[in-house]
Amino acid sequence: MSGLSASTVRERRGIQRRDFLKVSVAASGGLLIGFQFPGISKLASAQASVGTFMPNAFVRIGTDERITVIVNHSEMGQGVYTSLPMLLAEELDADWTKVGYEAAPVDPKYNHPAFGMQVTGGSSSVWSGLEQFRQAGAAARAMLVAAAAQQWNVDAASCRTESGAVFNGSNRKLTYGQLVGAAAKLTPPEHVQLKDPTTFKLIGKPIKRLDTPEKLNGKAVFGIDVKLPGMLTAVIARPPIFGAKVRSFDDSRARSMAGVRKIVVVPAGVAVIADTFWQAKMAREALQVDWDEGSMQNFSTSQMMQEFRERAKTPGTSVRKEGDAAGALVNAAKKIEAVYEVPYLSHLMMEPLNCTVDLRPDSCEVWTGSQFQTVDRANAAKVAGLPNEKVQLHTTFLGGGFGRRANPQSDFVVEAVHVAKAAGTPVKVIWTREDDMRGGWYRPAFLHAIEGGVDASGNAVSWRSRLVGQSIMAGTPFAAMLMKGKDYDPASVEGVDDLPYAIPNLTVESHQAEINVPVQWLRSVGHSHTAFAVECFMDELAFLAQKDPYQFRRQLLLKQPRHLGVLDLAAQKAGWDKPPAKGVGRGIAVHFAFGSYSAHVAEVSVTDGKVRVHRMVCAIDCGQYVNPGIIAAQTEGGAIFGASAALFQELTFESGRLQQTNFNTFPVMRINECPEIETHIVESNEKAGGIGEPGVPCAAPAIVNAIFAATGKRIRRLPIRLTEAV
Amino acid sequence: MVGFSVNGKRVDLDVDPSTPLLWIIREHLGLTGTKYGCGMAQCGACTVHINGEAVRSCVAPVSRATGKAVTTIEGLSPDLSNPLQRAWLEEDVPQCGYCQSGQLMSAAVLLREKPRPTDEDIDEAMSGNVCRCGTYLRIRRAIHRAAETVAKEGAR
Repeated sequence: MSGLSASTVRERRGIQRRDFLKVSVAASGGLLIGFQFPGISKLASAQASVGTFMPNAFVRIGTDERITVIVNHSEMGQGVYTSLPMLLAEELDADWTKVGYEAAPVDPKYNHPAFGMQVTGGSSSVWSGLEQFRQAGAAARAMLVAAAAQQWNVDAASCRTESGAVFNGSNRKLTYGQLVGAAAKLTPPEHVQLKDPTTFKLIGKPIKRLDTPEKLNGKAVFGIDVKLPGMLTAVIARPPIFGAKVRSFDDSRARSMAGVRKIVVVPAGVAVIADTFWQAKMAREALQVDWDEGSMQNFSTSQMMQEFRERAKTPGTSVRKEGDAAGALVNAAKKIEAVYEVPYLSHLMMEPLNCTVDLRPDSCEVWTGSQFQTVDRANAAKVAGLPNEKVQLHTTFLGGGFGRRANPQSDFVVEAVHVAKAAGTPVKVIWTREDDMRGGWYRPAFLHAIEGGVDASGNAVSWRSRLVGQSIMAGTPFAAMLMKGKDYDPASVEGVDDLPYAIPNLTVESHQAEINVPVQWLRSVGHSHTAFAVECFMDELAFLAQKDPYQFRRQLLLKQPRHLGVLDLAAQKAGWDKPPAKGVGRGIAVHFAFGSYSAHVAEVSVTDGKVRVHRMVCAIDCGQYVNPGIIAAQTEGGAIFGASAALFQELTFESGRLQQTNFNTFPVMRINECPEIETHIVESNEKAGGIGEPGVPCAAPAIVNAIFAATGKRIRRLPIRLTEAV
Repeated sequence: MVGFSVNGKRVDLDVDPSTPLLWIIREHLGLTGTKYGCGMAQCGACTVHINGEAVRSCVAPVSRATGKAVTTIEGLSPDLSNPLQRAWLEEDVPQCGYCQSGQLMSAAVLLREKPRPTDEDIDEAMSGNVCRCGTYLRIRRAIHRAAETVAKEGAR
């Protein structure tokens, strides 16, 4: 399985030092199948002479009947160690009880088919793996069938497969394990026939996750659990302010403390290397660091937002322009303007950042929960002074990712290699929760200034959105690729640049703020704030037009069947046509993101100045789907993630210093605050979309709109504070 | 020296008695199922039992365990046979899984004290355990399911 327990870490090191492809077959006496890699099949044929076979990269079949699917996406809770093996096992006709998973090593053959790198993000694992894993399974099946047919001297077309075996007639059966040796002598097929979806046995079913058992008994190995012989543990005294530099430090007390091995300056700060985490942390507390605080020492988020408000009064870079929004507004019967604000947010994965490195003169091994293997390995190699091929990156389980573990600069990996250089032994760098929260790479704060108008019959005739916020792409090595020559960051405006409502006069403008706070993608990225602003403003427009907010949206989405589909489904399941319980308000929101359509209805009451979310009804259309159980989990989890941000979360800075550094000041929704959540999936044959992120964006606007329904008060800034309602 | 038992095995350790039990369990005893999340008893990922009581081991000095019986997730049952683990499997609870050791250890104390917990009992016992993935609804269902199993099969 994918875990790296203390004892298996060394075994895997041994394996991975040699040729991965050769050894993984030899070790298990198995069949490793992939597709699309012509070079590999030659290697496989060479191996076939010694009874092993490996024409491609995604599956290994053992003589013990075990089927191991090698997964090129990181498991961070979203279920890829189940959904991707399901795709392969479906086409293979595998016995599902024999299917396991393993994290792929870093290798171009495991690159994301659409992104060209090994990366897990953008809610893309299932749709990008759909063909890849099905093809690999079908290729494996074809070879096993061919091997059996040869053995029986029958036509392959007369054979059938079921539950891990090939059958012919009524009495002939060979299991896949029995066929490993014979199949290894065959050439992989160039073309395979994929199954007719009506015959699926696994795809589309709520199959239970494969990784659950090891997450219930402490066996699952996350990055923080990796242990190597002779390993030391380090914590880093990090800058209290972004951009601060170590001027000098006094370690006279710290270096004499128990267990402390070394205290050294690294680019990230001052690393304290000790036998154990607690010793390192205690010594760090005894360390006196004199910081050159740099240019951010007076930074304040309240001042920044004031500047954003001023900037929103001026025209920004044009993102979208249809008709004449300004002219139509002048002629509108009724008009309204509103300013929506959202704060910096921390990803706050349950597992704080960490990275373990074993650096040798001619090799470097890294163990971490990475979402960005290609980039992390390349950045580690640069610091190690080694070619990429000399660096192995082992992907552990991720205790949450939400985008933070796909850092364009590989910050948490790079610094660990620097520490390993100084340590001279294997070393694990652990971030405390406070380090993790202060460490930056937040969801950027944003301001949306929107004005709009309706005509005398209540039709929306004008909309102008102006956004102000930092770009997450600018300045990264991916800016050119992801900004596609635009003079604004598409990730800032996604979700408003494609506003689906039929409003004839529409303007979207973007202001890019330059602030030295590191920002990054956080679960649902730009949609995490654009859906809030857009869907809350739609509610304000509906009220202005004296129309029901659901019907108002409906009328403007008549040419958007999939938006309409989820909107109607959520409204129907929530019982929109019946009044809610006394004191309860109902709010609705709909949004498209990451290839999927989502709508939420929230039921909320406000008592004694406190917001209580009672129920959320979620409708999701992610096209063809693989595992409805996982979709429900992701949709519920997404709603809770969005609701947590809406209700509780905000990062603020004063004098350059972050004010929230742990769960007590940056709360997450808890079980006693969690509403009932229902997920309804639209049956669809459309192209598969994402599921990890689309559940997030609608939560905040649905809740805020429900607060309006309950109280008649508008909330325009997150997190929700009833005292700010207008 | 600090002496106590962990999952039924006696241990005697020459460690600083003020070290949090969490790091002793993880680093000295190699039982990494108990997780670090916050270091200030805010998230519950480090929950273990000391003499059957749920304790946030990130803030409990190891000295607090002296002479006592510590149970970690590894000791809940060796083979996933505990009714809670079975219910967690049935309800397919975990996502990333990082918080689930703590969730299970808190739930185990709840079920012992309240064999048929109400939703309010669950809220009270489990609100100290954060799940960032948002598995709360399944946790709630799994606790009710485990309670039914125990009622049917008798307490284990």
